[in-house]
Amino acid sequence: MNKPPLITLDSVTKRYGAVVAVDTVSLEIDAGAFFALLGPSGCGKTTLMRLIAGFETPDEGRILIDGEDMAGVPPHLRPVNMMFQSYALFPHMDVASNIAFGLVQARMPKPKIKARVADLLDLVQLKGFEARKPDQLSGGQRQRVALARALARNPRLVLLDEPLAALDKKLREETQFELMRVQRELGTAFLVVTHDQDEAMVMAQRIAVMRSGRIEQIGTPLMIYEEPATRFVAGFIGDANQLEGTVVETGQGLCSVELAKGARVTARGASVNGAKVVVMVRPEHMQLGGAGLPGLVLDCAYRGDMQMIRVELLGGGIVRVASFGVQAQAMLQRGSQVMVSFAPQFARVLPS
Amino acid sequence: MSQTRPISERLIFWLPFAWLVLFFLVPFLIVVKISLSQAALSQPPYEPVLTMVDGWDGLLSKLAGLSLTSYDLLIEDGLYLAAYASSLRLAALATCLTLLIGYPLAYAIARAPVGWRASLLLLAVAPFWTSFLIRVYAWIAILKDEGLLNWALMTVGIISEPLQIMASDTAVLIGITYAYLPFMVLPLYSSIERQPVALREAAADLGASPWSIFWRITVPLSRAGIVAGCLLVFIPAIGEFVIPDLLGGSQTLMIGKSLWVEFFDNRDWPMASSVAVVLLILLVLPMALYERAQMAQVRS
Amino acid sequence: MRMGSVLRLSGLLFGFAFLYVPIALVILYSFNESRLVTVWGGFSTRWYGELLANEQLLDSVVMSLHVALSSALLATVLGTAAAVSLARRKRFTGRLAFSSMIFAPLVMPEVITGLSLLLLFVALDVPRGFWTIVIAHATLGMCFVTVLVHARLQGLDRSLEEAAMDLGASPLRTLFSVTLPLALPSICAGYALAFTLSLDDFVLASFTSGPGSTTLPMRIYSQMRLGVTPQINAISTLMMGGVAIVLLAAWFIERRKTAAR
Repeated sequence: MNKPPLITLDSVTKRYGAVVAVDTVSLEIDAGAFFALLGPSGCGKTTLMRLIAGFETPDEGRILIDGEDMAGVPPHLRPVNMMFQSYALFPHMDVASNIAFGLVQARMPKPKIKARVADLLDLVQLKGFEARKPDQLSGGQRQRVALARALARNPRLVLLDEPLAALDKKLREETQFELMRVQRELGTAFLVVTHDQDEAMVMAQRIAVMRSGRIEQIGTPLMIYEEPATRFVAGFIGDANQLEGTVVETGQGLCSVELAKGARVTARGASVNGAKVVVMVRPEHMQLGGAGLPGLVLDCAYRGDMQMIRVELLGGGIVRVASFGVQAQAMLQRGSQVMVSFAPQFARVLPS
Repeated sequence: MSQTRPISERLIFWLPFAWLVLFFLVPFLIVVKISLSQAALSQPPYEPVLTMVDGWDGLLSKLAGLSLTSYDLLIEDGLYLAAYASSLRLAALATCLTLLIGYPLAYAIARAPVGWRASLLLLAVAPFWTSFLIRVYAWIAILKDEGLLNWALMTVGIISEPLQIMASDTAVLIGITYAYLPFMVLPLYSSIERQPVALREAAADLGASPWSIFWRITVPLSRAGIVAGCLLVFIPAIGEFVIPDLLGGSQTLMIGKSLWVEFFDNRDWPMASSVAVVLLILLVLPMALYERAQMAQVRS
Repeated sequence: MRMGSVLRLSGLLFGFAFLYVPIALVILYSFNESRLVTVWGGFSTRWYGELLANEQLLDSVVMSLHVALSSALLATVLGTAAAVSLARRKRFTGRLAFSSMIFAPLVMPEVITGLSLLLLFVALDVPRGFWTIVIAHATLGMCFVTVLVHARLQGLDRSLEEAAMDLGASPLRTLFSVTLPLALPSICAGYALAFTLSLDDFVLASFTSGPGSTTLPMRIYSQMRLGVTPQINAISTLMMGGVAIVLLAAWFIERRKTAAR
């Protein structure tokens, strides 16, 4: 428990001219963890990863790996390897030479390199592809070569930049589990950078959600989904209905919030009377019927496993209700009057 | 599945093709033909052979009398063979020198900040837009005995006697290197510049130092540029006339000069033609390589 | 990293010094009163004055400009047509031969091209003079134009042409109203290149010229053979000044275009 974390970022800031790409970010990643940096494009997550790899130098703050300050340490001397978004496989080398590249640099004796490459090809299930050139491989195979190459030197941490972005949807799902298997088998820490919330949720043990250079929240997928810290996190991860209102009563971890036109709802969370807040409820936690907010059905989208109903509240605003009992519910007519309700424990008060 | 195309479209297609056949391909055939004729003191100064004027019989009788005189001479007179050998040697040396100077230059331009690259490249290629003769001529003032180089070296005290560089193979070598440098820089630049940054970063990430990134990634990936640049220098340099004529001395042997002398001074057109034919045969392999490189680039 | 930048900078400086010192010297000595390169006789425009009095030289300038203007025009038309054919007709009999003939003149030693063209003109009994030089230069120039325009056409979005045809334009109309306007920058560059090549050529012109059609490089060459005369420095400086102005203008326009983007 007293072991220092593998990676420590201490108030790291990186600016490009007037643009602050990474803004006083502090972060810890433990050895063997599967960590995801999640955020929309341009949020600074790639820059943060490149700071760790050593391709960029922070303007302020420190980056420690195994408790050692990395300032002034060039990329080729850091115990960290990266899997590039484009994979960056060397086009003039075959698969085996690509994987062996880092080992040759480390002056490992030839027979050992051969054995290591064979092990790695085994690990990523590419046996027999040693002599192929990158342009003779499919997208999925290239991805696995890139992974094997990044793993070859036994790094303490592997950085994966949008590892699945170049793959098609079906392959992406398989590859997610593949990455998790490799990570589990080796016990090497993985840091994945992604803009895809599903990817992060499925693979990572911990997620840091970034927005405009800052970290909005760090937590397990469950925490981030169920207990989002901010409106942004709530909206970025999963679907969220957000109802604006004012706190009128607080107590026992619950708040009573008055929405526009006077309707009142109860939600979990701490706040003070009179505060402008947002009540966040996931669509799957809303139901039609019961005592709640009146509204008119706008449209229903049948999705097979469920039905997504959009309701325009009479008090203003549109909410989305996920209904899983599709048969029972039947298709609702556009314009039918319905009541929308939710249990207070599934609603969260967030600062506006 | 042939569709008829309008006349205008066919014209666009056939005109350049026909032009090249008439003014590039046919002339070579004529060169081959004349190389097989006898020199004569007439105007034009050769015995015409192989015309269809005499009909088939005439053609056949002429065919029997084809003259290989020029080729015999060419092989017997060691001077021509020596000139071919010396042209190949000088062109090869000059190609190496251009590569040696051109690669660092092209590399530095390709790795300059993005906003600078176009301007620097323009600066590197700009001399190509100025007169070839003048650029060669400029070296006379530098290299001759009482020229600038000797003056500078003697002033500094490195040498006490002027070096005789002018009118030597060294001067020719410098001249070719200088004149053809832009042809080397251009393909090298484009082959280095288009390498994705991520490849170098990946190599650095995998433990390669800047030095080994250069040798293991950048250089191998610029192979196409190296090949193209070397051929662009090597092939025309073999047949170079102006540079050996202006910078070389009487003992400088270059085949382009031999051809020129045969043609203009000795007025031996069949000999000049056979010199050209043999030179062409020498160039077949490098030309084929060059064509292949060009085609590959066109396709990509 | 620091070491790397030092090496890169020295490569750059050495390369540019090698390229530009001789040129700078030519310019410098065009203003030298003395005939000797190692002696600075003081600033003088004497050689420029002599230049303007040299009628033979001025005649050859006019001749060279005429040849260059006409041959570059011819080269541009032929080269653009060849580029369009190569880019738009992917498969035809003789495509390989066609493209080989495009690329070969780019590297072919000029003495061979010059000799063979001359022998053609003799065989066809064409009197040698202005037009034979134009033909020789156009043949070389068209290959450069083809390469430039072809590269540009390859980079163009094919769907622009397809859209034009979809909207009812005939292939020819598409060519003239969509394809060629889009390729215009490279066509202009091709013309400029063909013009420069023609103005610069000495070897082809020597083979294909006749009496009374002496181009500027031929005149300069015969003066060089007579020995170093500072007049050559003067005319070189003028020519390089002209080129520099054109290149600077092109560079400036390009800069502004990229800045606007």
